[in-house]
Amino acid sequence: MIRKTVGGVVEATEGVKDNMTFMLGGFGLCGIPENSIAELVKKNIKGLTCISNNAGVDDFGLGLLLQQKQIKKMVSSYVGENDEFERQMLSGELDVELIPQGTLAERCKAAQGGFPAFYTPAGYGTEVAEGKETREFNGKMYILEKAFKADFAFVKAWKGDEAGNLIFKGTARNFNPCMCGAAKITVAEVEELVPAGTLDPDQVHIPGIFVQRIFQGERYEKRIEQRTVRKKE
Amino acid sequence: MLDKNGIAKRIAKELEDGYFVNLGIGIPTLVANYIPKGIEVEFQSENGVLGMGPFPFEGEEDADIINAGKQTITTMPGASFFDSATSFNMIRGQHVDLTILGAMEVADNGDIANWKIPGKMVKGMGGAMDLVASAENIIVAMMHTNRAGASKLLKRCSLPLTGVACVKKVVTNMAVLEITDDGFKLLERAPGVSIDDIKNATEGRLIIDGNVPEMILD
Repeated sequence: MIRKTVGGVVEATEGVKDNMTFMLGGFGLCGIPENSIAELVKKNIKGLTCISNNAGVDDFGLGLLLQQKQIKKMVSSYVGENDEFERQMLSGELDVELIPQGTLAERCKAAQGGFPAFYTPAGYGTEVAEGKETREFNGKMYILEKAFKADFAFVKAWKGDEAGNLIFKGTARNFNPCMCGAAKITVAEVEELVPAGTLDPDQVHIPGIFVQRIFQGERYEKRIEQRTVRKKE
Repeated sequence: MLDKNGIAKRIAKELEDGYFVNLGIGIPTLVANYIPKGIEVEFQSENGVLGMGPFPFEGEEDADIINAGKQTITTMPGASFFDSATSFNMIRGQHVDLTILGAMEVADNGDIANWKIPGKMVKGMGGAMDLVASAENIIVAMMHTNRAGASKLLKRCSLPLTGVACVKKVVTNMAVLEITDDGFKLLERAPGVSIDDIKNATEGRLIIDGNVPEMILD
């Protein structure tokens, strides 16, 4: 067994520097690497490019990095719930690249799987296609999108083992598996870290080969963005 | 004239047994409340769930189970979770049978604009561009005119496009229209709405062929 465990979030984030490109899992605040984000805030590194579907809210998730002006560029599909984000974007302090959500996921997967690029119909005929190669297949138009390049991927899983194998829960899975192995170093934080041999190999969502460092996170807040309920009759 | 729930009710009649359906935010979400009796459909949410159920009971919310609008949800028997790339493979690979989404503008060739207003804060397209570029069957749910009273059914979209020549059908508070090579073909009128009302509210090419029936909602 090749061991991927590290002592904690400090060791897990060793080597992060100014001006690096990071991938961060999560959809809204669901399934975000809370511990890694908190440590990046503490380290106060600057000039970051962050690839993440959303940009958090003002006081949680990637919003915490925005507050300290650590992010130079966001690469996302939807950034609606953050006032500080809006302020920095409109003032020109923050560069924003908006890309279709399926394209964002696939650009991560392409990096994971060694594809330099792929064709997708998403965005054809729109400003997303500007400056990109287009090609017709079977009478339909597609645009060429390239794999991401990133220094670190920070992901969050429900359970993991010493070998770096990961199991996700519910819709907290989202972009996390797509980002594993898609950057030079993948850091996985889990709610429960178990000894190798505990997880059923048939139930593993992401094999440990895609993960370089794994640790058990602390004090998960798991904030709910839109609490919607119905009344019992 | 229909309200938002009326539009959702009319669109629900387009659902067929065995359909996998992706619902956008806004009026489309309401469609889930009007599934016709006797048919089974499954709702897909692009953040990674198939077989979405109603909102949870108070106290049973799970932060790890949400829809694409970031609302807490439940799942139905037979549901599944998956990653974002798999989710968009379902969409891009046309495994999802029907996409229902809102729009700011639709053109009479099927172009749609629903993500960006120049000069205003841009929030992003989310999954909308993947959905409209890929889906075989796209129904737009929207009001026929904007708040200023101007038509949202146009010859050409004035706003930045989300997708080109992709919308198949539009259901508004006034009418059901099909996109054809010659423009918007008027299929049905909302209760109490005349053909002249629809003509006045439609800027794009409008085809009126014979008698246009009133919608049947129940």
